[in-house]
Amino acid sequence: MQLPRLPFTPEQASTVSGQVDALYTYLVAITLFFSVLVTVLIFYFAVKYRRRSENELPQPIAGSVKLETMWTVIPFLIAMTIFVWGASLYFTLYRPPKDAIEIFVVGKQWMWKFQHTEGQREINELHVPVGAKVKLTMTTEDVIHSFAVPAFRIRSDVVPGRYTFAWFEATKTGRYHLFCTEFCGTNHSGMNGWVEVMEPTAYQAWLAGGGSDSPAAQGEKLFQSLGCATCHRMDTQGRGPVLTGVFGKPQRVQGGGDVTVDEAYIRESIVNPTAKVVEGFQPIMPSYQGQVSEEQLLQLIAYIRSLGAPAAAGGTTTTTTNGQSGGGAQTTTTGIAPDAQRSNPLNSTSPRLGGAGSGGASQSSGNSNQMPGGGNSNR
Amino acid sequence: MSSIDASIPPPTAPRPAALDALGTRARFGHENYINANYGIKSWLLTKDHKRIALLYLASVTVFFILGGIYALTIRLELLTPAGDIVQPMTYNKLFTQHGIIMIFFFLIPSIPAVLGNFLVPLMIGAKDLAFPKLNLLSWYLYLIGALFTIWALLNGGIDTGWTFYTPYSTTFSNSYVVAAGLGIFINGFSSILTGLNFIVTIHTMRAPGMTWFRLPLFIWSHYATSLIMVLGTPVIAITILLVAMERIVHIGIFDPRLGGDPVLFQHFFWFYSHPAVYIMILPSMGVVSELISTHSRKNVFGYSFVAFSSLAIAVFGFLVWGHHLFTSSQSVYAGMIFSFVSFAVAIPSAVKVFNWTATLYKGSISYDTPMLYALGFIGLFTIGGLTGLFLAALGLDVHLTDTYFIVAHFHYIMVGGALMGYLGGLHNWWPKITGRMYPEGWGRFSALVIFVGFNLTFFPQFLLGYMGMPRRYHAYAEEFQVLNVMSTAGASILGFGLLIPGIYFIWSMRYGKFAPANPWAATGLEWRTASPPPTENFFRTPVVTWEAYEYRPMEEMEVIGPDKEQAAQPAHGEATT
Repeated sequence: MQLPRLPFTPEQASTVSGQVDALYTYLVAITLFFSVLVTVLIFYFAVKYRRRSENELPQPIAGSVKLETMWTVIPFLIAMTIFVWGASLYFTLYRPPKDAIEIFVVGKQWMWKFQHTEGQREINELHVPVGAKVKLTMTTEDVIHSFAVPAFRIRSDVVPGRYTFAWFEATKTGRYHLFCTEFCGTNHSGMNGWVEVMEPTAYQAWLAGGGSDSPAAQGEKLFQSLGCATCHRMDTQGRGPVLTGVFGKPQRVQGGGDVTVDEAYIRESIVNPTAKVVEGFQPIMPSYQGQVSEEQLLQLIAYIRSLGAPAAAGGTTTTTTNGQSGGGAQTTTTGIAPDAQRSNPLNSTSPRLGGAGSGGASQSSGNSNQMPGGGNSNR
Repeated sequence: MSSIDASIPPPTAPRPAALDALGTRARFGHENYINANYGIKSWLLTKDHKRIALLYLASVTVFFILGGIYALTIRLELLTPAGDIVQPMTYNKLFTQHGIIMIFFFLIPSIPAVLGNFLVPLMIGAKDLAFPKLNLLSWYLYLIGALFTIWALLNGGIDTGWTFYTPYSTTFSNSYVVAAGLGIFINGFSSILTGLNFIVTIHTMRAPGMTWFRLPLFIWSHYATSLIMVLGTPVIAITILLVAMERIVHIGIFDPRLGGDPVLFQHFFWFYSHPAVYIMILPSMGVVSELISTHSRKNVFGYSFVAFSSLAIAVFGFLVWGHHLFTSSQSVYAGMIFSFVSFAVAIPSAVKVFNWTATLYKGSISYDTPMLYALGFIGLFTIGGLTGLFLAALGLDVHLTDTYFIVAHFHYIMVGGALMGYLGGLHNWWPKITGRMYPEGWGRFSALVIFVGFNLTFFPQFLLGYMGMPRRYHAYAEEFQVLNVMSTAGASILGFGLLIPGIYFIWSMRYGKFAPANPWAATGLEWRTASPPPTENFFRTPVVTWEAYEYRPMEEMEVIGPDKEQAAQPAHGEATT
């Protein structure tokens, strides 16, 4: 949808920007039409029927059902066009596509922390490739935040105890504002940063420069160190359910009913294990609330997901389409298939200089330097 | 105005001037609610709805000034992108307290408790409200609530935003959340009592002949407002209690770490606070219906449609709270329903705007100050309402919510709508309330200054919002500065404009021209008694034999004077010119 941009609108840097702007333009036109209509009528009547003598007594006018019907029905019909348009856009905005690169986002007073599937971490700066769909899985360590990128026309609140999602596909390289837009305390206005949209090759080079383990690999380590593996064994002899291949599938829970194993259910089962216990098991698992951070929870989830997605539906499509997204330049590194994660430690061994040097695009070298060491550490 | 009926004898009437220290009785020449008795006690223990209205007028004015000072400080800080005038924490307290004061202690009580209190009994021909003692109690509850909140402000303030979103307010904020919340909780009972009083009064105390469809539209809108006050306010009270319990004993309703749900708070909060928007705007709509009719001497076009649209707004207003949660991880299907109902609730407001405009057609339109406010209201409310459609449109709201667009939108409704209506109403009924005219020239001038200042303040904020500037930001990106400078400049003009009526209203109480009983040649019952009215409102019970807004030559309009002789006396009629 290529309409000329109205003045005072931010850059259109995602696939939905133009669509949101089109609806905005439609509403601006409606607003102009009705406010000019009302203003002109008021001025016209006020001048034409101004009081000419103190004793004037105008004839009363009875109402008109016809007019009332007209100005009830016409605005209603116009409102319905806006409603349908707005709703369909909303569905586009809040239905993340399946074939997207996934990035984990954790909000914290007052910073944004990101972790890429390849293991790269960054703070208040998000590097993404142009022309690829990116899905953000978000939560927060403390209060509610809201993740907004005006140039992409996206926003989603980030809520403690929940995962919320946003997605976008950037269409233009450049640096764009990233704001926290839900009041979150003293330094709320400092909780902002930049989204750096890069050419795919530059993005690859940036990814290669100084990453750590993938979230899934880190999750696997946590799974061992927290002792999860003693009960959730690979065979069926453990005191907890086997976790291989459960992600995305329904599980029968005690008290009846099925629960689909998704991010929210895994999170709940770690911090509040007795809430929904899988049938055939005892509610003996202790709560890990306070022992694992939000980032570690996301890593554990990434690990459990890597243990095998539902064979037919999710697994194959994810890996194959990942290869095609982003202009076909990427390899399996954008996926979350187990073998991709295994290959990641290799990335981390590749020297940072090499990554920056081979990037080619100017932005990549500049920005991989902006997040030294600190960007890779936990805090 | 050749022949204005006055129920009052001329000011030279022989009365013992020595009786009253202020000389009011001598000046007004008739006993009225102001000069009936004297002394602080006679005011603080009064059961007269008119005196209670004045008590409210004084108290909401104090809070308006306080909230206005906060607003100007905020605008001053936003003059430059860097956060350089106040600390971030201070800034957060400024906008929080601006919101709390303006909404709970100014806008919600402004029209109902001041103009409504004064006018509801007069307009329906009653001697007082149904429960005069409850009415006085409601003012004291307002004061006690206000004291709690002021105590919180003086002790360091509150920084959660007026929305008190959890878990920030319950777990993270180190400010006086409970004290300020308690203030709002107590103040809520004042709202409930006022609403209850109005409902009962309108049902049971209408004068003979004053049928429902002869009621002024001001009464209809206050009836609708009262329904919301009585049904909605308990929800915010419960919500505040839950927040307090969560803060004090960690019961885990909202804290996810205790199994609670922080978004549940938003549902509770907006279940009241969205209807509260209608508590603020509906009375103003009622005022504007009166002003438009009075100052064009025309019956309101589509009376019953305007009356029922108020009720429709009150009912639908309870079903749209979820449109504040489109980006709060609410289900997309819930979002769709709330969006649909939000568009539906816009229609009755549109109907009102069209009917007001149609009322002007072939009227006799004066440019008196109240009319300037009313016409300004229609324009600003139209823009405020239409920009609400932007926010009700789901996909667009995602980009606009939590930005300056929403700040601009609700200020067009709250200031451009509610405040303009309040000021217009205050001018319109000032002669009735004080028995004195305000200076017309200054009135028109300040209305114009306020209109210009208002638009310059808030229009740029729409543009800032679409550009992406988030609300509640102490420091902002450089590209937003030009529009912010315009907004701050506008705020200083607006502030200056608002000072002018503040000054001349006080001036007019002593030096203004005496007001006749009916300076605007209006039709309402309140204009058929003396200015200021006697304590009992009418010298005898009025009997209504005419329809609402039935304009007739002044000679034919019945006056409910003390006795026939006085009523027949010629008026000192040129007070308006």
